[in-house]
Amino acid sequence: MIQYIIRRFLYAIPLLFGVNVLTFVLFFIVNSPDDMARMQLGQKHVTEQAVENWKKQRGYDLPLLWNEQQRGFDKVKQTIFFQKSINLFTFEFGISDSGRNIGADIKQRMWPSLAIALPSLLVGLLVNITVALMMVLFRNSYLEFSSIVLCVILMSISSLFYIIGGQFVIGKLLKLVPISGYDDGLAAIKFLILPVIISVVAGIGSSARWYRTLFLEEVNKDYVRTARAKGLTETQTLFKHVLQNALIPILTGVVVVLPLLFMGSLILESFFSIPGLGSYTIDAINRQDFAIVRSMVFLGSVLYIVGLLLTDISYTIVDPRVRLS
Amino acid sequence: MCLMLMGCDDLQLNNPYPHEEAGQSILYSSFTERPKHLDPAVSYSSNEYALIGQIYEPPLQYHYLKRPYVLEPLSAREMPGIRYFDADGNQLADNVESEKIAYTEYLINLLPDMNYQPHPVFAKDSQGKYLFHHLTDEQLDDISTLADFNATGSRQVIAEDFVYQIKRLVHPKIHSPIAELMKQHIVGLDDFSKVVAEKKLLDIRNETISGVEAINQNQYRIKIKGKYPQFKYWLAMPFFAPMPWEADVFYNQQGLIDKNITLDWYPVGSGPYMLTENNPNRRMILKKNPNYHAASYPSEGDPGDMEAGLLKDAGKMLPFIDKVVFILEKETIPYWNKFLQGYYDASGIASDSFDMAIQFSGQGAAELTPELKSKGIQLQTAVAASTYYMGFNMLDPIVGGDTERARKLRQAIAIAMDYEEYIAIFMNGRGMAAQGVLPPGIYGYQQGQAGINPYVYEWVNGYARRKPLSVAKQLMVEAGYADAIDPKTGEALILYFDTAASGPDDRSRLNWYRKQFEKLGIQLVIRATDYNRFQQKMRAGNAQIFMWGWNADYPDPENFFFLLYGGNSKVKYAGENAANYQNPEFDRLFEKMRNMDNGPERFQLIQQMQEIVRHDAPWLFGLHPKNFSLYHGWYQNLKPNLMANNRIKYTRINAKQRAELRKQWNRPVFWPLVVIALLLLGMLLPAFYSYQRRAKETLQ
Repeated sequence: MIQYIIRRFLYAIPLLFGVNVLTFVLFFIVNSPDDMARMQLGQKHVTEQAVENWKKQRGYDLPLLWNEQQRGFDKVKQTIFFQKSINLFTFEFGISDSGRNIGADIKQRMWPSLAIALPSLLVGLLVNITVALMMVLFRNSYLEFSSIVLCVILMSISSLFYIIGGQFVIGKLLKLVPISGYDDGLAAIKFLILPVIISVVAGIGSSARWYRTLFLEEVNKDYVRTARAKGLTETQTLFKHVLQNALIPILTGVVVVLPLLFMGSLILESFFSIPGLGSYTIDAINRQDFAIVRSMVFLGSVLYIVGLLLTDISYTIVDPRVRLS
Repeated sequence: MCLMLMGCDDLQLNNPYPHEEAGQSILYSSFTERPKHLDPAVSYSSNEYALIGQIYEPPLQYHYLKRPYVLEPLSAREMPGIRYFDADGNQLADNVESEKIAYTEYLINLLPDMNYQPHPVFAKDSQGKYLFHHLTDEQLDDISTLADFNATGSRQVIAEDFVYQIKRLVHPKIHSPIAELMKQHIVGLDDFSKVVAEKKLLDIRNETISGVEAINQNQYRIKIKGKYPQFKYWLAMPFFAPMPWEADVFYNQQGLIDKNITLDWYPVGSGPYMLTENNPNRRMILKKNPNYHAASYPSEGDPGDMEAGLLKDAGKMLPFIDKVVFILEKETIPYWNKFLQGYYDASGIASDSFDMAIQFSGQGAAELTPELKSKGIQLQTAVAASTYYMGFNMLDPIVGGDTERARKLRQAIAIAMDYEEYIAIFMNGRGMAAQGVLPPGIYGYQQGQAGINPYVYEWVNGYARRKPLSVAKQLMVEAGYADAIDPKTGEALILYFDTAASGPDDRSRLNWYRKQFEKLGIQLVIRATDYNRFQQKMRAGNAQIFMWGWNADYPDPENFFFLLYGGNSKVKYAGENAANYQNPEFDRLFEKMRNMDNGPERFQLIQQMQEIVRHDAPWLFGLHPKNFSLYHGWYQNLKPNLMANNRIKYTRINAKQRAELRKQWNRPVFWPLVVIALLLLGMLLPAFYSYQRRAKETLQ
């Protein structure tokens, strides 16, 4: 297995390099270093001298990908791409174009994102599996039918509606939780209740239906019939046998997102004023802060690769028949 | 449990703040976007000034109550002494012609009792050595915010600190937005910038500027090239606040930079407040500066201020509020709801909540809805010192130039563009159609008949009324575009509107523009692009018609008319004259007007300049936005002041009243939860019975 993991990491290097090049090219097709300088320097009294000065100080006065004026390896080295991207491979994100340390910002903002994402994932998983199992338990009844209708309705509603509606009903009308905000430590709980509830409710429709399909595939298999024939109750059959066997596809979906959890949710964090990473990349794009954009894209790619690897490993744990080679 | 909670009267489950803050004099405000810079040499936007205006104290400030805006001393003891000199260094009379003045000297005497806020940059050990100027790795391990430093210190603010800050403005590492501008005005600053260009920031302290000098601890002098009366307004901006050299030494340690502890995020000031927490992704907290010098609430104001209760605190020591909490609130809906619950003390009005907050009386005056009135909320409106205009590129062969044809075409468009309608549709009435370059409140602005743009408006029954479309059509005929037919092509005249507004929200606005031009038969082609490309087009002079705006740096007509001065042409000189307008007579008058003190002669010159610009119409004067602000009844001493950055120190919070009303407005409602629980139970019962029945069925 170790060989497999090492091989996967080695595959990741050209992949990450490609992502980096693509991000770089896409960003600089839209923005030139001059644009970035003007964005940072503001709208008033900006002279060419000030723009040149900013570019020089930030290292954006070099050619983008190829420096014709240099010799040998310096033709590649003395470029914006090399200077700004190579350190990413050692996870040194450097300083943003507005002057903040990106690594420190990520470290600070990942915890609030995790504070929403983790409970949302766990509670959501629990609720979705329970609802799906209940639907399977009452299959071919009015309860299953009405649950499916409800799920379709729930998944058809925009997540923005859940957020605004939730804030209006629970925060404004019933006044049971703060409408938005955040605090450190245990004081954060009262701020997390509403976003977690909304996140879970917004996800029930699609996830419960998906899990129901997985469980239905299992309940008609022979081993389930055998279990029933042995005299197990329906709940014992479902929770002990069906659930365990349907876990592989569920795990595929869950483990792959685990490393990405701390990247946060843009809309949820924005509406609930959670100081997470959700809006970090979007804000950076709006501010034309290339340093943050490249760091976040790189980090996202690394985490996605890690997520896929973890999924593969988790298969071997859940299903002993699977071997990584 | 719900029933138990229902019996509890004091319960405020939705309170986003710690319980112990309830009765304290704390102002709760918000910000929508994290500020980019808090270094006073760099910061140049209103959201940043909302913070640093309370922390840094430049020599001058705007009087809180008096209108028109008047400057008064802040960290200066009195208004600067101004003396004029010729090229040989001889002092000239105060009323000498500006051409004879080689340089102007501003002599600034400082308050003697000013000290910096407690801050680790000043902390010293018993031997007098700075404790934190050379941090070791071990010390850095324990530090993640400024609050983690175990010692602070302070010292007196001295004249050298003001000089040091001026030096910082031109150091290449700082990127001050006014560096290039100030090099043109301050004697010796350009030379100084060349000397320090390759030097480290910390080394600038030892270099001197020929035109800026600390005479003693409490006095310094700035020499300005020629006469530049507007310089006094710059002295009221944080760019000229004192900066201790220790701050740069402290904050330039790499270990602190790596932790985002920099001068750009943790100010060191001498103002009424100090920043004690800065998490720009969540909240920023200002607390009263214990070292703040003696300063009192103004004892005189405008007529009516006394009756409005604005002089109740006259002569009392400032500031009144102990703590200010700025919270990141990106979305308007939660912000608005929290304001209505009493958790924010002030709010603007977003368009989606406008109808809920404002109604217009029969006379067209804006007033609060009964719901908001019943909560004791106050509405304040003020026309901003800003102007939004539709510019014509004067270098363009069709709409530009000084020909009769082009001018009449521009005037016709100006009549057709119904900005009153625009304000009603897109701004909920929050604006006023502009009659000229100057917004209200700026010297030279005229109200009434004398102030209207006679080429676009006529005076009818005491009101300015836009001229009928027939006048515009007649102008089109005179311009050679009868029925809007371009004689060169024989087809409808096509004009191009360049804009950076390309989102879905802008579509209706752009359609509106198109319709206004269609009134004359002109086809308007919208060339929407991103802001970068738009700016490039403007710099290259490739745009034909565009929208732009300007917020005043200071309340002087020069700060608006310079936008049309030929020497500031965007294409030729990369200046702020985006229309590339050049009229020798206007330029001559501008050069004369800018160096004059306010008085009848200057007023007359301003009217002449207005007339030239109205006639030439390089701009279609759009609108001046009107700010609508809402304040809870417990937030007191409020008077709109669009120039002052340090308003918070004058305001007051009645914390007791706020706590009581919050309790009253935020009693939790539990009964729906009980109902939902019962409903769920009701739904589960048949499910339970169905399950039991199935469990007993025979296996098929």
